[in-house]
Amino acid sequence: MARTESAGTAAPETTSGAAVPAATTRAPARRRGMRRRIELTVLLAPPLVLFIGFVIVPMVFAAWYSLYNWSGYGPLTDFIGVQNYRGVLTGPVFHQALTHNVIIAVLSVVIQLPVSIALALLLNRRMRGQTAMRLAVFTPYVLSEATAAVMWLLLLQPSGFVNALLNGVGLGGLVHQWLASTSLVLYMLFVVITWKYIGFGIVLLLAGLQGIPAELREAAAIDGATPWQATRRVTLPLLGPTIRIWIFLSVIGSLQLFDIVWIMTLGGPADASQTMLTYQYINGIQRTQFGYGATVSVVLFVISFVFALAYQRFALRRDTAGAVTRAVG
Amino acid sequence: MPASYLVILLVLAITLVPMLYLIVGGFSTTAQLNTDPNSLPHPWVWSNYGSIITSALFWQAVGNSAVIAVVATGLAVTLGSMAAFALSRYSFRGREAVYLLFTAGLLFPLNTAVLPLFLLLQKIGLTDNLAGVALPEAAFSLPVTIVILRPFMRAIPGELEDAAVVDGATRLRFFVRILLPLSRPALITVGILAFVTSWNTYLLPLVVFTTPSHFTLPLAVATFQSTYTQDTARVFAFTALSMIPALAIFVFAQRKLVGGLVGAVKG
Repeated sequence: MARTESAGTAAPETTSGAAVPAATTRAPARRRGMRRRIELTVLLAPPLVLFIGFVIVPMVFAAWYSLYNWSGYGPLTDFIGVQNYRGVLTGPVFHQALTHNVIIAVLSVVIQLPVSIALALLLNRRMRGQTAMRLAVFTPYVLSEATAAVMWLLLLQPSGFVNALLNGVGLGGLVHQWLASTSLVLYMLFVVITWKYIGFGIVLLLAGLQGIPAELREAAAIDGATPWQATRRVTLPLLGPTIRIWIFLSVIGSLQLFDIVWIMTLGGPADASQTMLTYQYINGIQRTQFGYGATVSVVLFVISFVFALAYQRFALRRDTAGAVTRAVG
Repeated sequence: MPASYLVILLVLAITLVPMLYLIVGGFSTTAQLNTDPNSLPHPWVWSNYGSIITSALFWQAVGNSAVIAVVATGLAVTLGSMAAFALSRYSFRGREAVYLLFTAGLLFPLNTAVLPLFLLLQKIGLTDNLAGVALPEAAFSLPVTIVILRPFMRAIPGELEDAAVVDGATRLRFFVRILLPLSRPALITVGILAFVTSWNTYLLPLVVFTTPSHFTLPLAVATFQSTYTQDTARVFAFTALSMIPALAIFVFAQRKLVGGLVGAVKG
């Protein structure tokens, strides 16, 4: 920032004192520069070391390991070029896993998003118990994925709560082995994911709604718009930036899916709920094929990165300035 | 509008009933949960909760999660605010590049990096070590911390800094004595985010820890379920109890957390 420069010159140089000979007038400036450099080092070195050490370095290593056939012990000697990549990208199970990630992402946008918007619009109205309801809807988001997953695992057991409830209300025909069916399991996981994360989306959207002045809707109403038209033509377009951020977070989250899936199904039955990360866990870590697992890391990273870049470029162009750089207040 | 109340009631039921069912189920016997899962416990038994509350396993897990979350949060907030200060109130060559490097971390969640991280931790001897989880968690919390703190610190008027310098304060002193206290709302927000993220992390501890006494709460819950499958009632109790710390943090922090999210998105 420009003003930090002027701060130094505007302030009296407290360290140099008045007794400095005229011949060395440049010395205080140099000393100031030195001091600034020390300050910057003190401030920036620790966070950079931590960040580079644990975020950047592992990723660089992953790219390197991915070129080797390596079980994690002993030196890297078995260089196999892009063979791991060929294995991952042509593997049928990886394709299945990627498809599942994409299905969850699409379902989120097509089903979760409209439901979230509808509920946010509903909760945005003035009504009794509004705060309590917002908090209640947000509660599942606070639980750990592990707790939520174990809870739903218990509830979806063949003789568990959900089936007993269906029997109890006379819908016995709907009783299923929810997590043991290859055709149902992915959709059951989607239900659990929705339960877990919808509150977060609603809070995001409520925040966006609060930024829309009520006068706009009122003006539309005066011009003869029905409430539905006002929502469709005024509120939703203005909610656009929030919706686009929601979609971004949701898709990235769908690509990274692991905890809930692993605890509830281990990617099964018969790979029917495998995701890219469960695939990596099984093939990379459990089978200690670290070269192959690292390849999955790189592929997953590239997919997320390409999506993020493309999305920034085409959808978020106008929004990100506001959403990221003006993060708080 | 009765219709919208009906919808909201339905949503509340779907949200809350599973959690209530879990809590109440913890008072049943396993026999009842197997044969008659959807009636109130008869009789109510306290032994499930009792045996969990008195087990070292549960408290160890709570303790591990707390230690890791405190260390990760402390590191992320301390180092993150240092970086945010340098990146917001100094001008130097490469500043935007450094900022970009940190923000790139936003695209790169911890779960993606778990396998290479595991290999790194193995190399530096931090597997099966609490630090092996806390340090990476802190590192992965830095991007969001810096992205939230930087504009906040930038918005604090420069006159304050000039005045401090006139009064003879060094810039580091200004940072510690004036800027940090003024940034409190933002610091609390990023602190809560880092804490909750750490508290809930599952995959990294799963990969790093092999000794059960090191397990964090999410890992302990999942392990308890898969170990005591036949002892359903105690699994109910363990899982229900595992919700309490998160809910307590939430009740304590909800205004800040939701407020922080509102601020973070509204722009």
